[in-house]
Amino acid sequence: MQKVSREILVDKAISLLNQGVVKAVFGWRKGEFDYDVTPAVFTTEKDIKENFVFNGFCGANFSKYLVAKTVNFDGKILVFLKSCDTYSFNQLLTEHRFDREKVYAVGIPCDGMADISKVKEIAGDGVSKIDFEGDMMKVTTLYQDEPVEIKLGDVLLERCYNCKSKKHVAYDELIGEDGEVLDSNRFDEVAKLEAMTPDERFAFWQGELSKCLRCNACRDVCPACTCEKCVFDNPNSGVENKAAANSFEEKMFHIIRAFHVAGRCTDCGECSRVCPQNIPLHLLNRKFIKDINQFYGEYQAGEQVGSRAPLVNYTTEDVEPCDVFKGGEENA
Amino acid sequence: MQRIGVFVCWCGSNIAGTVDVKAVAEALKNEPGVVYSANYQYMCSQAGQNMIIEAVKEHKLTGIVVCSCSPRMHEATFRKTAEAAGLNPYMVEIANIREQCSWVHKDMATGTEKAIILGKAAVAKVNLNAPLTPGESPVTKRALVIGGGIAGIQTALDIAEAGFPVDIVEKNPTIGGKMAQLDKTFPTLDCAACILTPKMVDVAQHEKIRIFSYSEVEDVTGFVGNFDVKIKKRARFVKEDVCTGCGACVEKCPMKKIPNEFNLGMNNRTAIYIPFAQAVPKVATIDANACNMIKNGKCGICSKVCTAGAIDYTQKDEIISEKYGAIVVATGFNPISMDKFDEFAYNQSKDVITSLEFERLTNAAGPTAGKLLRPSDLEHPHTIVFVQCVGSRCASCAEKGKEYCSKICCMYTAKHAMLTRDKYPDTEVYVFYIDVRTPGKNFDEFYRRAVEEYGVKYIKGMVGKVSPEGKKLKVQASDLLNNKQIKIDADLVVLAAAIEPDKSARPLATKLTASMDTNDFFTEAHPKLRPVESPTAGVFLSGACQGPKDIPETVSQASAAAAKVIGLLVKDKLKGNPCVARSNELMCNGCSSCERVCPYGAITYEDKEFRMPDRTTKVRRIAKVNPAVCQGCGACTVACPSGAMDLQGFANNQIMAEVDAICK
Repeated sequence: MQKVSREILVDKAISLLNQGVVKAVFGWRKGEFDYDVTPAVFTTEKDIKENFVFNGFCGANFSKYLVAKTVNFDGKILVFLKSCDTYSFNQLLTEHRFDREKVYAVGIPCDGMADISKVKEIAGDGVSKIDFEGDMMKVTTLYQDEPVEIKLGDVLLERCYNCKSKKHVAYDELIGEDGEVLDSNRFDEVAKLEAMTPDERFAFWQGELSKCLRCNACRDVCPACTCEKCVFDNPNSGVENKAAANSFEEKMFHIIRAFHVAGRCTDCGECSRVCPQNIPLHLLNRKFIKDINQFYGEYQAGEQVGSRAPLVNYTTEDVEPCDVFKGGEENA
Repeated sequence: MQRIGVFVCWCGSNIAGTVDVKAVAEALKNEPGVVYSANYQYMCSQAGQNMIIEAVKEHKLTGIVVCSCSPRMHEATFRKTAEAAGLNPYMVEIANIREQCSWVHKDMATGTEKAIILGKAAVAKVNLNAPLTPGESPVTKRALVIGGGIAGIQTALDIAEAGFPVDIVEKNPTIGGKMAQLDKTFPTLDCAACILTPKMVDVAQHEKIRIFSYSEVEDVTGFVGNFDVKIKKRARFVKEDVCTGCGACVEKCPMKKIPNEFNLGMNNRTAIYIPFAQAVPKVATIDANACNMIKNGKCGICSKVCTAGAIDYTQKDEIISEKYGAIVVATGFNPISMDKFDEFAYNQSKDVITSLEFERLTNAAGPTAGKLLRPSDLEHPHTIVFVQCVGSRCASCAEKGKEYCSKICCMYTAKHAMLTRDKYPDTEVYVFYIDVRTPGKNFDEFYRRAVEEYGVKYIKGMVGKVSPEGKKLKVQASDLLNNKQIKIDADLVVLAAAIEPDKSARPLATKLTASMDTNDFFTEAHPKLRPVESPTAGVFLSGACQGPKDIPETVSQASAAAAKVIGLLVKDKLKGNPCVARSNELMCNGCSSCERVCPYGAITYEDKEFRMPDRTTKVRRIAKVNPAVCQGCGACTVACPSGAMDLQGFANNQIMAEVDAICK
């Protein structure tokens, strides 16, 4: 697969902007630190040249940003999509959440993005600078004299270790050659949870979810969470509290959210990436995906625009509710 | 704030026996919004209803909770009561403290506690109730009858006689159903054809009835009074309006070795065929799987001999779309397959037959022209063994048979045995039975005659094994009354196979969204009080599709279903159900989830301009519910991710309030 560099993306962005194909560019901008690369909109050549970033910390999925940005925007917006991002892109189109005509999508190859917490495990705290050289990063910290050299492949996000697809399912233009849908082991993590006793599993989620701050980052980043009015922001819904009133409430938040995105979640993994407490939230959603596959046949949300997800479709071959219940018993 | 009145019913001792009704009324007095609480012996009586009306006036009530029986019983009653008192009928909630409480609890303490909780939930809901007004929809004054057996025929005739057009959809080339295959009918022994065929002719001649034979229901949308039905008329390769039914084509057809379904495969028919002499419509049909012309383009004899020019090898399946106000299901039954009953050697010997095959063997229009001959060698059988309950009442062998009683076998076996002894007195006839069940009018007298006048040997016990040996069938059985084993050398064994609903019933139920039981019989709206209506409004049940039935019972039910249909079709307008879904357009994302789960096609989308807080405008796609089409199932409210979709009368916040009240 062709490697993509910052230069290629910058050139592409500037040429599309100058040709008048697009009027704005979704890209990544350097944040406070080298690793908190931030999604941003660029509208000038100068800004792109100076501030456009592309490195191993560009995990952010731009698909969701299109929902708000394309409304009342006059002209097209350029968006760079990694293969995983294209699934979210399609899912949002399925749900009529933005106008495809207003977007120019460029598919970019990806070998996986880094997880800063894994970097810190190796290099230690106080990361002040990260320089990339190909697949290697040099991590400078406040507490060590020499920069630590780390291979990108050793510190990948979980979702990238278990990458489900290198294939881009939506684009106007592709940089490099397209990849394949991969035979991922992503459900192994779910199987581990299923193998637990109910008490163990409860203790596991109790432990993880009790770390939740209710910062809502998982919801805010989730491409499936694009409601005009989220139930958690709606005083009439009865579940709108921002701060958890008791220790069970943060569990309810995550359980309700998992149900709301069930069948629509593409397993992009953004929820876990942005969680400041490192809660493996994607596992809740992945359990739903695994069950849907088991009960209704393989289904990948976002693979095709307009596909009818099993949970909002009825066929006479559908599993009987009693069998779904039995499936639950096996795992109980 | 509502002013709620609570009315706790004793239902005689039905509720008061296990629920302390006074304590319930007392406890609910303190619930938020409750300003009046009372109990009475029979709330549904005129006196009870007057009590409610008086209370509404005296205490200026705005909402009513009746703690009584299931809403399926008296919700309508109390809604009318509320209306009479000047309230909106949808300000009434029923707490079911009978079926869901007093009847399932044995002691007063738990029954009372639960009744109070159920009452609290209903009060919590009424606090959030809002007045609802039902819309109206017109009624298409035409009925569809699915199935053209005796049930469908009788229903269609009765509806047509009342002046409404009726269409019959029959999947076979002719109407008549199972009854057309029978010989004589119990308990009067008149010939089935003699009483059925006049009715078939009536159907054919009735100006209000259309028959779609060789056709199936493809798709059903819409709702009571306004069903849109697509009927697939299968290609029969013969122009129905041209064919005279002369039968010349049948005589000349060279493909003569096709098993004849009408005679249950006991003889053959041709590729072009008319099922039987009195078929309605009397039109030939080409079996596309057997016809050489259609399969290979070689032959064409039938078109050459047809003087009317009715043959059309290019005919295609045709879809007919029609609107109906009511649909009657009359899909009937079939005997179950005998494949799993190896012990009776059905698949090993031609001389082990089912009772329906026996009917054909004794029928003058059957394969033996009415002479009772063994299928294997066409000799007269001298010893016949009838086995009852083959696959019926099979509680221990559910994978083979059915748990239920097939109801008709005792009587037709008595008939078969009696007729055999009457026609062939030299024949010995044994009947093995578990019980003999003869509860109909003149039924037991009939059975007694078979035993006492005709000398049929009834033996209580089951046949264990039938083994073909030479020309004989060795029958091993137990005689339970004499406690001994019996061996009989029989010439013919007749199995009273259990009956089951027709296989087309299950997919049809899905299309109609009508419910079925575990045996695939259609369920009725109420087993005693609404036996011919399905729980789906506008869908009615006729005949054995609802449960095993003999002819007298089928015809009674068929007429009852017709009466219900006529009652519906005479109305010009139907009051709709105001408990329909509504989308809050401020919250709707236009994501299409609701549209995808809606079984009624009630949801559409439109682009609407919204004014934003920053004074810009934004065009958004939003869902719209057609209240005339929505049936209030609530599927959309669950599918909606943002909670924009809500069901009036069963709103999410009302249900949550009930749950909260229960969990408090």
